Amino acid sequence: MPKKVENVGCPYCGVCCDDLVVTVSDDGKQIIEVENACAIGNQIFHHATGGERVKLPRLRQPDGTYKDISYDEAVDYAAKVLYNAKKPLIYGFGSTNCEGMAAAAKVAEKAGAVLDNCASICHGSSFLAIFDNGYPSCTLGETKNRADVVLYWGANPAHAHPRHMSRYSIFPRGFFTGKGQKSRKIIVIDPRHTDTAQVADIYLQVRQGHDYELFDAFRAVVRGHEIPEEVAGIKREQILEVANIMKKARFGTIFYGMGLCHSDGRNHNVDIAISLTRDLNDYTKWTIMAMRGHYNITGPGAVWSWQYGFPYCLDLTKKDIAHMNPGETSSVDLAMRDEVDAFINIGTDAGAHFPIEAVKHLRKHPWITIDPNICMASEISDLHIPVGIVGVEVPGIVYRMDNVPIQYRKVIDPPEGVISDEELFERIHKRLCELEAEGAAKAEIKAAPAGVRAEE
Amino acid sequence: MKTVILTLTNPPELMLEGQNITPDNVAGKKAAEIAALDVWEGKQKSALGTYFAVAGDGGATAAETKIILRGDCTRVKRIGQQMTAGEIVIEGNADMYIGGWMKGGKIHVKGNVDSFCGIGMEGGELVIDGNAGHHLGASPRGEWRGMQGGLIRVAGSVGNDTATFINGGTIVIGGDADIHVSTHGEGGTVIIKGNAKGRVGGQMVKGNIYVYGTIENPLPGFQMVGEVEQEVDGETATFTHYIGDLGERHPTAKGKTVYANLYTRN
Repeated sequence: MPKKVENVGCPYCGVCCDDLVVTVSDDGKQIIEVENACAIGNQIFHHATGGERVKLPRLRQPDGTYKDISYDEAVDYAAKVLYNAKKPLIYGFGSTNCEGMAAAAKVAEKAGAVLDNCASICHGSSFLAIFDNGYPSCTLGETKNRADVVLYWGANPAHAHPRHMSRYSIFPRGFFTGKGQKSRKIIVIDPRHTDTAQVADIYLQVRQGHDYELFDAFRAVVRGHEIPEEVAGIKREQILEVANIMKKARFGTIFYGMGLCHSDGRNHNVDIAISLTRDLNDYTKWTIMAMRGHYNITGPGAVWSWQYGFPYCLDLTKKDIAHMNPGETSSVDLAMRDEVDAFINIGTDAGAHFPIEAVKHLRKHPWITIDPNICMASEISDLHIPVGIVGVEVPGIVYRMDNVPIQYRKVIDPPEGVISDEELFERIHKRLCELEAEGAAKAEIKAAPAGVRAEE
Repeated sequence: MKTVILTLTNPPELMLEGQNITPDNVAGKKAAEIAALDVWEGKQKSALGTYFAVAGDGGATAAETKIILRGDCTRVKRIGQQMTAGEIVIEGNADMYIGGWMKGGKIHVKGNVDSFCGIGMEGGELVIDGNAGHHLGASPRGEWRGMQGGLIRVAGSVGNDTATFINGGTIVIGGDADIHVSTHGEGGTVIIKGNAKGRVGGQMVKGNIYVYGTIENPLPGFQMVGEVEQEVDGETATFTHYIGDLGERHPTAKGKTVYANLYTRN
């Protein structure tokens, strides 16, 4: 009799839907059906048992092929790479649990590494703005139950967070929002007429890269000043109309995405959005929230802030001092400036996400990928270590985009012999301690054999 | 004044962190002791002498000490960080944080510098003959009290985020500036003799900005109030005067609202 597991958390996006129902086969080895999830979340579960999985670590050979090795050998290799490097970089963590992140931080501290997460190429600029200007935010539940005006700025949840609109922002009927969509005003501001813009009551097509000017205009209007006839491609009347709707709201939330974080100005776009939110609180209740990407990319920010005081781009090379300064200690900058000499890619795909120049620089040195699946990074690595899929095969704590921690559960066991991220990092840490105790001679670890480097 | 000459003979493989290269740390030391100062390449701590040839002894105090850096210091960070007195001359390029958190003395860079130079500066003089990167004279991350005093003079152009949260002091840029000048500024003066790209004075509360060339994308929060004649950096000219950022909060002094001033040369 197939077993139904209820209230399962979804390991895809930052919305962290926790209402999935997963049907598992009699022997507990096959995922048969996934209910309530979006198309992408659904695929993550089916992918776990649907095809061939890598079950052993694979080490690059002189002829360019991979050879299966044991976990002990892989742990030894990884520990030696970290031990011998002057400045190793450990990057990723978008798709793993907080337990894995804490264990990795232990390794980074021991190895004197730079510890960074995907926020570095995503919502990291939000952190910088929050450092400078605060974060008047709320939980998604508050938006669902109270918000009568919702503003999406530079975000397209219709594609990136498929159930965000139906669970929290536009359609659900909450405690004070019993009429659902009918009682809400939806505003979308984006240079592209996205699928999210299709459901908006008001859509403003801001000129690409000029969000800051538009925010400045909104702020000037909210304070009762004159503005030019057109700002960032938007007519003054429209700006006045939207500003008026925002001031008259009972409760509003600004959800913003990569449109602010990754157009010119980055943290300043978010910074001024926070300033606008604060201004609007002179009139009514307004909140702001980052549309965090992966299901637990908020996690490293929470875990490492607690451990070191900084959420990302942590330079732990001095061991007793944590230094953070994106632009210097951020992964892509470190790579482009040739400032690191070993790379561990964990729970993400730097091969696919980094600029090709950065990948080429990193590829001059040992590159280790820790990921359950085959991805671009795993295919160019010196060593690929498979681990269990968090949320499917490994339980753990994850943080939703509004900083609410949720306990994820597992629905099946990982393939035989495959370990979790946490166990892997604990073992690397143990091996590092042994190497340190032995005072092992700092030998140049054999990187990729000649002929398999990116530029060759 | 005694002179110490550091010549980079053995360049680092990664980047070298040279926060000990300041007149304060060199003062009162013989050449051999200077060569024993710590520098870092990633987690590896080494002696300064591993990378640099040291010639000459330090003066009795920082104020009586001059350091000259020769060789290609493009990959050396943090030279002159937190210095309080004395002089540093870098004969070529240098990397990040040159003159960061500087309190006094003078640094002269004859080439270009990278980002974060003169951040959190409190006093002294930083002169750069070439170009500077981003965050020149800006505040460190999360710090709302930016540059407090001192003078930064860049002959060439600068990157973005110049003078973020500036509180005092003066920055003179001979060339162009990229986006974001004096964002969140609460004082100080920035003079751009070339063109500015945009977002000049965003969220600015107090302080002055002069732009001699054009501003490609002016902010809607700045409003023209008239024309003034002023002496700026030794020359007198007529400027169009704007006040702003009208979207930001502004204090009142003697019953009048205080705004930030933006002047563009006519």
